[in-house]
Amino acid sequence: MLKKSSLPLSLPARHFSGQGRLKSRYDVVIIGGGGHGLATACYLAGDYGVTDVAVLEKGYLAGGNTARNTTIIRSNYLTPEGVAFYEESRKLFAGLSNKLDFNVLYSERGHLTLAHTDAALRTARWRAEVNKHLGVDSELVFPDEIAKLCPQLNLSPDVRYPILGALYHPPGAIARHDAVAWAYARRAAALGVEIHTQTEVTGLKIENGKVTGVKTRRGDIACGKVLQAVAGMSSEVARMAGIKLPVKTIPLQACVSEPVKPFLDPIIVSGSLHVYVSQSARGELVMGAAADPYPLYSTRSTLEFKEELMMHLLELFPFVGGLKILRQWAGMADMTPDFSPVMGLTPVENYYIDAGWGTWGFKATPVCGKRLAELIATGEVPELIKPFELARFHRFQQVGERGAAAVGH
Amino acid sequence: MPCPLNGWRNITEFACGGEVIDVPDPTSCSDRAWADYLFMENNVRGVVREWWLHVPSSYWFIAERNTATDEILKTYPADEIFNQQVDYPSPRPSPSRVEGGNLSLPGKIIPSPLEGEAQGKGEDGEI
Repeated sequence: MLKKSSLPLSLPARHFSGQGRLKSRYDVVIIGGGGHGLATACYLAGDYGVTDVAVLEKGYLAGGNTARNTTIIRSNYLTPEGVAFYEESRKLFAGLSNKLDFNVLYSERGHLTLAHTDAALRTARWRAEVNKHLGVDSELVFPDEIAKLCPQLNLSPDVRYPILGALYHPPGAIARHDAVAWAYARRAAALGVEIHTQTEVTGLKIENGKVTGVKTRRGDIACGKVLQAVAGMSSEVARMAGIKLPVKTIPLQACVSEPVKPFLDPIIVSGSLHVYVSQSARGELVMGAAADPYPLYSTRSTLEFKEELMMHLLELFPFVGGLKILRQWAGMADMTPDFSPVMGLTPVENYYIDAGWGTWGFKATPVCGKRLAELIATGEVPELIKPFELARFHRFQQVGERGAAAVGH
Repeated sequence: MPCPLNGWRNITEFACGGEVIDVPDPTSCSDRAWADYLFMENNVRGVVREWWLHVPSSYWFIAERNTATDEILKTYPADEIFNQQVDYPSPRPSPSRVEGGNLSLPGKIIPSPLEGEAQGKGEDGEI
């Protein structure tokens, strides 16, 4: 008979060791321990051998917008700049579990952006053609094909906004958001990066237009370079560096239903109806809608949001009317005037920014990490992120990304 | 939200019009200053003063609210701040144009007769 004590007690290993004291100096300090900051630290150490890196996080690891999105990964954007950027991210995501030896539950589902008006159909056609030209799998489909891809959808013309067609993006995927952050954190820590949670940055030391140190609640540290990756609080942190951003902090709410048996394979999005929904590996419906109507630094949830979301969701899937809401949450999104991010160089020397991630941040996690690491390590701005630099606003060269989620088209 | 015109109404009836900020004179300011005005945001976590619109009645007013706590502190008609007539300048810069002023709109400010007389200010009086 097996004794209980002889069973292999496989206690789960910690992803990384507990934090020690802060050193007095680091080559690179990353403000913000979310997916973007951790990915940057991981690529800095892994691809460029820059291991004297500290990631400073005010709260707990990946507890901000990394934990508050709806985990959709896609690259069927509208602008050539956006498509190229998000396509690299999608490819990195697809290989992430293998590369980091950590299952991020990457699951390709196919992504349908429904069109309910002639204008939306036109935009879908436009996006499909831009996508195909740039080698991204994307096609305009009509109700007969939609019925095959997602027979659960209510395609009846007897609704307020009948479905006229959809932009179909077969590689559209979801992944486990926490696992993405943990995978990057674990690999970064294994390569020597220090991750300090509960370490709020309270100020910056800037001398002659050059950042030289960071003040934290646990003491001051000197540093070579600084990256701020704190979407939601970007304006407040940038203010410490004397930088003004084209960003409004606006809550983006979401919720999940109670878990049910798998019935919904593709990710369903409607820009006109402001609703997006997918079924997670746990069976929950993950649902999001429009961003809140006014700026706010808060993660509260509202009834108005859910009323509007459910109104539209029930038109698409009338049979989910009996499902209960299990959890609700909100993230503070950095909304920019052109729905594109703000990343790269700033007016302050050695101070880099990763902000303006509105409703499109999670899907960019790997490419942000990779390209910001390249920028910080080499000092050269990668072509892929050049269009998104802060200075574009002063040259009136915005990247109008109407393919972004939670944006009216 | 308490609308100065319509009283308490549901927040869904309102639209936020952005922070009350200086408008640079478009005929003379630099491109950079104009880009700053158009795109850059203070985005303060705390008390802000903003333009709001009650959509059904198309009524613009000023609201002071706290963006950290989601509290509306005060609402009042816009003419409590913008209480002087604004004369928009011609495209050619004119030397008598008023510069600066915390809440000034572009152009020459014509003081209301009452204020002008009572304070004995010329046409360059500030708001």
